[in-house]
Parts: sequence; structure tokens; C-alpha cells
Amino acid sequence: MINLAQTYFIEVMTIILYCLLIFVPLLLGVVMALYADRKIWAAVQKRRGPNVVGPYGLFQVPADGLKFIFKEIILPDGSDKTVFLIAPIITLALSIAAWAVVPVQAGVVLANINVGILYIFAISSLGVYGILMAGWSSNSKYPFFGALRSAAQMVSYEVSIGFVIITVLLCVGSLNLTEIVMAQKTMWFFIPLFPMFIVFFISALAETNRPPFDLPEAESELVAGYQTEYSGMPFVLFMFGEYINILLMCAMTTILFLGGWLPPIDIYPLNAVPGFVWFLLKVTFVFYLFAMVKAFVPRYRYDQLMRLGWKVFLPLSLFAVVATSTILFFFNLAPGM
Amino acid sequence: MKIINFFKSFLLLDFLKAFYLAQKYFFRKKATINYPFEKGKLSPRFRGEHALRRYPSGEERCIGCKLCEAVCPAQAITIETQPRDDGTRRTLRYDIDMVKCIYCGLCEESCPVDAIVQGPNFEFTTETRKELYYTKEKLLENGDRWETVIAENLEADAKYR
Repeated sequence: MINLAQTYFIEVMTIILYCLLIFVPLLLGVVMALYADRKIWAAVQKRRGPNVVGPYGLFQVPADGLKFIFKEIILPDGSDKTVFLIAPIITLALSIAAWAVVPVQAGVVLANINVGILYIFAISSLGVYGILMAGWSSNSKYPFFGALRSAAQMVSYEVSIGFVIITVLLCVGSLNLTEIVMAQKTMWFFIPLFPMFIVFFISALAETNRPPFDLPEAESELVAGYQTEYSGMPFVLFMFGEYINILLMCAMTTILFLGGWLPPIDIYPLNAVPGFVWFLLKVTFVFYLFAMVKAFVPRYRYDQLMRLGWKVFLPLSLFAVVATSTILFFFNLAPGM
Repeated sequence: MKIINFFKSFLLLDFLKAFYLAQKYFFRKKATINYPFEKGKLSPRFRGEHALRRYPSGEERCIGCKLCEAVCPAQAITIETQPRDDGTRRTLRYDIDMVKCIYCGLCEESCPVDAIVQGPNFEFTTETRKELYYTKEKLLENGDRWETVIAENLEADAKYR
């Protein structure tokens, strides 16, 4: 009995430890991403960006976080208070949950499940519920419009993301994220599947409500979209959820197209570097692209966004699925056949 | 034409160009200055915080002629005068409501003895409104603190007056 309790206790503690091992670097990553985002944006506009708090302004984001923690949480009178407070928690929890299956190095992953990519896809689809709940429960017009837009946008672009993932899966023959990376040992997928890489990148921007597709929180039209009524800690949760989602999309791009933790060329000085360093470097690079796009692309109009999603990306990715499978079939390249 | 445009948008040429441009500006010299630690250059004519000056002997310059009070378009200046024991006219009160003031510089121009001037200081924010109702003491103290800079600026600008 005691033995059983002991093993049980140890097991639970290991799981908690693993969770912390994901959560803490993730929080650090979000802090760095926020900082990098502001710095890059500033640099492109020939500004300096945050540079007062701490060395090079590195503590600006923690300082902002502290400020938010001490601020009052305002609950609007007409809001549905339970749902209002649950919404940011759902957003954050879901965005963190998706990281459970992300491999940062060969074998270094919390849950090495066989349907990893499906799991991530499912979780990130659920993410829209947090935003919908926030918009609905705020009981105010701007959050509501923001939530409606966000729901439509995320659903539309998930379709093309799904097809892009299918083309990758056709080349791999497995849904396991580790195996997807290992399949790129000879050639990273962004070379043969370059158009799909671009489609995935742009869809990822739309999926995470990043500029130029930040219509749900377009400040010139909707104040702050679904976050309008939020303040203090719930707002921070939304912010963190959003940025963890962005980092997840960067990680997904890395895993699906840029060869995950694999070095660019498999020769001595490069493959001696631990895998997670390569992974980090690639994620940083993709995030840099995300931030640059924010700096130089103006926001899309809503009908343009929908046209791009349904009339360009959907046919393109559908065609790519057919073309890829045809090529793989006729040249007998399809793995697992 | 349509076909060219199609390929242009399909190959994301505009975005690649924009990316190149943004990347070029990324490394350019910053256009902004690092304000609280580094400040921009001010003209000698800069119209900042007010100050009442003194003669080198320590005697205050203001003779209470009330020209500045009369010319002030915002009516921010209030002056009360009384003859002093030696027979000269001096101010009892010289108040400037810095909240009303529009920093037009007319008081400075109208002053026959260069008593009221607008110095180079523009960082005098306060936490309460009350602190912005400047009294004679405050203005004289300002004059003492900024005298060297103010005198330099007046001299630099004298030939254009």
C-alpha cells in the first residue's frame, strides 16, 4: 500500500516537474517574444523601442506584467461574470496544453503521442472558444464584433492549414511530430513544398490574429476587439495565451517545414550542437519573420481577408494535396506504401 | 497586364520588396533621440519656464510697470505694486498662472528692463495644479538658478531684436 502510494506520488511529481519544464521556458519565451516584437517593430520605424527598464530595456515586459497584476480587475455590470473570467483561463490553458506534444529535441517531449499533429490541430481549433466566450460575455458591441470576426477568421484559415498539414503528412506517412522531423533528415520540407510553406506561414499569421490579419482587435475600428472590456490579470492571461499561440505556430512551422531540431547540414561542427539549440534558432527566425511582417504589411480589409482564405488558399492547398499525392503515387515515393 | 499582376501578387513580389526595404531601415541610424538621457538642441529664443531676473547687484529688475500683465493674451499674470521706502516702485505680488499661460513670449518682449524672461527649462511638470501657480518668490528663484543660461541666450539673440 505504502509502496503503491510512493510510486504514485513519485509519478505525479515527475509529471508536474515536466510540466514546469515546459511552462517556465515558455513564459520566458513569451517575455522575450514580446520584447523582440517591440524592438523589431521599433527598429524598422527607426525608433529605439523599450530601452530604459533594465539592460537594453530587457525588464520592460516583466515590469508591464507587474503593473497589470496590481491593477484592478474590472467586471462590467452587464457582463456574464463567470464566463467573462473563464474565457481568458481557457485561452491560456489551451495554448499551453498544445505544447505538451511539441518535440524540442530527439526524445525530449512531454507526451510522444502518435497523433501529435492532430492533437495540436484540435487544441488550436478549440482556442476560438476562449475568444468567442470573451466577446459574448462582455455584453458590449466591440468585443462582440471582434469575437465574430475572430471566429470566422480562425475557422476559415484552419481549413487551409489542415490541407497544408495533409501534404506534409503525405510525405511523412506518420502523424507523430518526432517522425515528421526525422523524415526531413535528407531534405527539409520547405524546399519541395515551398508554396505550402508560404501558405502555412500566412495562414499561421491569420490563425494567431497577428498583423496584417489582426482584424479581431483592429484598434482603429474595434478599440481592442474581444479584449476591450478586460483589464488587469485576465488581460495578461489573454496576452500570454496569444503569444504562446504565436510561439506554437512558429514551432509548428519549424517542425513541419524547417526540419525541427535537425542541423542544416549533417556534418561535424553543426551536428555537435545540441538539437534544442537548432530548434530555438529556427523558432526565433520564424518569429523574426512574424515580427517583420507586422512592421511592413498594412492591415487587410475584412473582405480581402476572407477572399484570400477561401478563394486563394483553399483551392491552392487543395490542388497541392492532389498534386502531391499524385506525384508520390506515380513515382512510388509515398512512405508506408 | 492582368496576367503580369496575377504573377506579381502570386509570387509575393511586393512583399519581398517591402521586406527588403524594412530590413534596410532596420539597421539605419535611429531617428529618435534617447530623450531623458540625451536632449535635443534648443534655440536661444526658446520660450520655456518663466523667470524673474535680478541686476548683478542683487536688486530685482522688475519695476512693476504692468506692461506684461496688460499684454498677456491669456491673462495669466497678476501684479500688485507699492512704492518701496526708498521711493522706487516694486511689486508686492507677481503671480503667473502657468496653467493659463500659452508661452507666447509677449511678456518677455514687452518688458522694458528684461526682468521677466522665458528660460530654456521645459521640464517643470508637477503633481498638483497648485504647484503651477507661480509666485514672485518662485519666479525669482528660477531667475537665480537659470541666470547664466538666460544671460547667454539673451546675448546670443540681442542682435536680432
